[in-house]
Amino acid sequence: MGAFSAAFELIASGDPVLLEIIGLSLRVTLTAVLIGCLIGLPLGAMLALLRFPGRSGVVVVFNALMGLPPVVAGLVVYLVLSRSGPLGPLNLLFSPTAMIIAQAILILPIVISLTRSVIEDLWEEYREQLRSLGSSRLRAVPTLLWDGRFSLVTGILAGFGRASAEVGAVLIVGGNIAGHTRTMTTAITLETARGDLSLAIALGLILLAVTLTLNTGAYGIGQWGRRAAG
Amino acid sequence: MRAEPSVLPLKLDSLSFVVRDTVLIDRISMMVRPQRRLFVLGPNGAGKSLLLRLCHGLITPTAGRIIWADPERAPRAQGMVFQRPVLLRRSVLANLIHALRLRGIGRRTARRRSEAALDRFGLRDLATRPARLLSGGEQQRLAMARAWVLQPQVLFLDEPSSQLDPAVTRLIENMITDFSAEGMTIVMTTHDLGQARRLADDVVFLHRGRLLESSPAESFFDRPSTAEARAFLDGELLW
Amino acid sequence: MITCRHLVLGAAIALLPVAAAAQEGEYITVASTTSTEQSGLFGHILPLFEEETGIEVRVVAQGTGQALETGRRGDADVVFVHARELEEAFVEEGYGVERFDVMYNDFVIVGPGDDPAGIADAESAAEAMAAIAAAEAPFASRGDDSGTHVAELNLWEAAGVVPEGSWYRETGSGMGPTLNTASQMNAYALTDRGTWLSFQNRGELEFLFEGDEVLFNPYGVILVNPEMHDHVKAEAGQAFIDWLISDAGQEAIASYKVEGEQLFFPNANGAS
Repeated sequence: MGAFSAAFELIASGDPVLLEIIGLSLRVTLTAVLIGCLIGLPLGAMLALLRFPGRSGVVVVFNALMGLPPVVAGLVVYLVLSRSGPLGPLNLLFSPTAMIIAQAILILPIVISLTRSVIEDLWEEYREQLRSLGSSRLRAVPTLLWDGRFSLVTGILAGFGRASAEVGAVLIVGGNIAGHTRTMTTAITLETARGDLSLAIALGLILLAVTLTLNTGAYGIGQWGRRAAG
Repeated sequence: MRAEPSVLPLKLDSLSFVVRDTVLIDRISMMVRPQRRLFVLGPNGAGKSLLLRLCHGLITPTAGRIIWADPERAPRAQGMVFQRPVLLRRSVLANLIHALRLRGIGRRTARRRSEAALDRFGLRDLATRPARLLSGGEQQRLAMARAWVLQPQVLFLDEPSSQLDPAVTRLIENMITDFSAEGMTIVMTTHDLGQARRLADDVVFLHRGRLLESSPAESFFDRPSTAEARAFLDGELLW
Repeated sequence: MITCRHLVLGAAIALLPVAAAAQEGEYITVASTTSTEQSGLFGHILPLFEEETGIEVRVVAQGTGQALETGRRGDADVVFVHARELEEAFVEEGYGVERFDVMYNDFVIVGPGDDPAGIADAESAAEAMAAIAAAEAPFASRGDDSGTHVAELNLWEAAGVVPEGSWYRETGSGMGPTLNTASQMNAYALTDRGTWLSFQNRGELEFLFEGDEVLFNPYGVILVNPEMHDHVKAEAGQAFIDWLISDAGQEAIASYKVEGEQLFFPNANGAS
């Protein structure tokens, strides 16, 4: 239990290293979620509404990619961003930007697949009305995204959960550099390896608290939204 | 009233709709004339709703033709009010604006016209309310206002008041009369014969997907020419 | 539509700090090993170097093989590892400019306090390993082709033992996790002194054997060859190397202590 009390002390004292790690983790993951949404929401909705050859193949691929092992995503981003890779000259490897890219890639299939399923259901309900009003399928994308906003929060949250919890990808592309690319999960890995459990536990507790807060918030928004917007 | 040329009359030429081997609409030929209130009557399952959807272009017929006087303009010159309107999860005002924006109307014009519609239909107090949380009657009035704000030449109404209480039904009927007075052509289904008697200029009578009668309302109600129509008007069970 | 614009704006704002973070002062990237990072040495010496030169050192801690690969791909400016043969090959292949001795630490054997194989009194490391194998006492191996793992395999060979059987557990992970495993299973393990001293979660494990010369573990530092990767920050990287092997750097290394014990012994001047 010594590790636990030391962990609480670290949290209570507002340890600067701890704060920096938390700040970086949130910045990386939230940015990745944002990018994942900006791309994934319209793409998922289009996948739900548009009919084109090979569509079911694309749907299956994105469903499968939801289970993409983070280390594989990390390895791919690593090879692309490495100095010897195609985007090497950008000098992005071992940077927060590289971690954002890797996490966005992990989030994207989740957002796309869940958006597709939400929008497909919504389209069933709205199709006749929207077509009667003269909406094309493409034009229905923003309409349905907005009307499905409270259901879509779940998908976005799932993406956030995956990104904030994963360690494999950010470790490979970020390098876990102290003060630069060390996130909560890579720090937990390192501190556990060192046998220094108090910082690991402190970070674990905070990660848990952040996830819990966000989920509670999103659940609340969802409930409130259903009541307030029907 | 309207400056643009009429897209009517609408002619149906031997229109059929078949799902697998079941004939749901069977070679219907008829005409929708401008500025009339045409009622499509018949027992349940006769194909009334289906006929409206075919005319409105929501469903593609398996055979036959739908001929508008001005096919170019026709899609934008018609609207439809459903038995259960689908309102968007946003405010009453935003629902109206959205419909206008879909027609490519600018943001400010759309807002101005939407507010005018709210005033006209007594929905002003509900402007900021979430549309999905309105009562059934309020929702249908909003759906009517949404159809009106687009200024269609033809409005299809599929049992618009079947779920509503008499007071709201009266409001809806008044709206229909007003629309008609402005020159809008009405094509409507109902299972409320009293409503049909109150509002219809013309009636077509469907039975099992076939058109059995097409006549002015008065003669249909007073002197139906087929046994099926007589039985229907007498309130007998038909199938 | 308003919401879309807000989203884009939000994205821009969220990305700003990331972009800003990229525009910093001069830094070099050093690929090193997890065991070095976990020993805490860098936390001790890097601030001294940064204060002196203003050059930030970003350490990416990986397995030895991976760290050299990072150098080969040009993703680091300097490699700082402990696998002499591999380091020499790295230089020979032209990926590194020159290898410099920096320091050494040593391996020790740890195990359960009651020492069932009786290795505490062994004459040599090979004898100790042979005793463990003879007793079939649990032994936790890195099993990850790391420098430590290679050193361990050399010891088995010297002991004339082929390590296999249910007593021999390969964790396939780093030093810390391997010690965690050993602690859980009450197993023997070969570890570098640094990781052991800073390792907190020891359980029943105790320090049992040290001192054989074969257990010495030399570290080398190599500048990645700018002729292979022209973006390598040769000047700053060389400055780091020069500092490490200078008196100031060597003293900084010698002064790093965990629980009062010195972990790394500077040998830049050919002391070892």
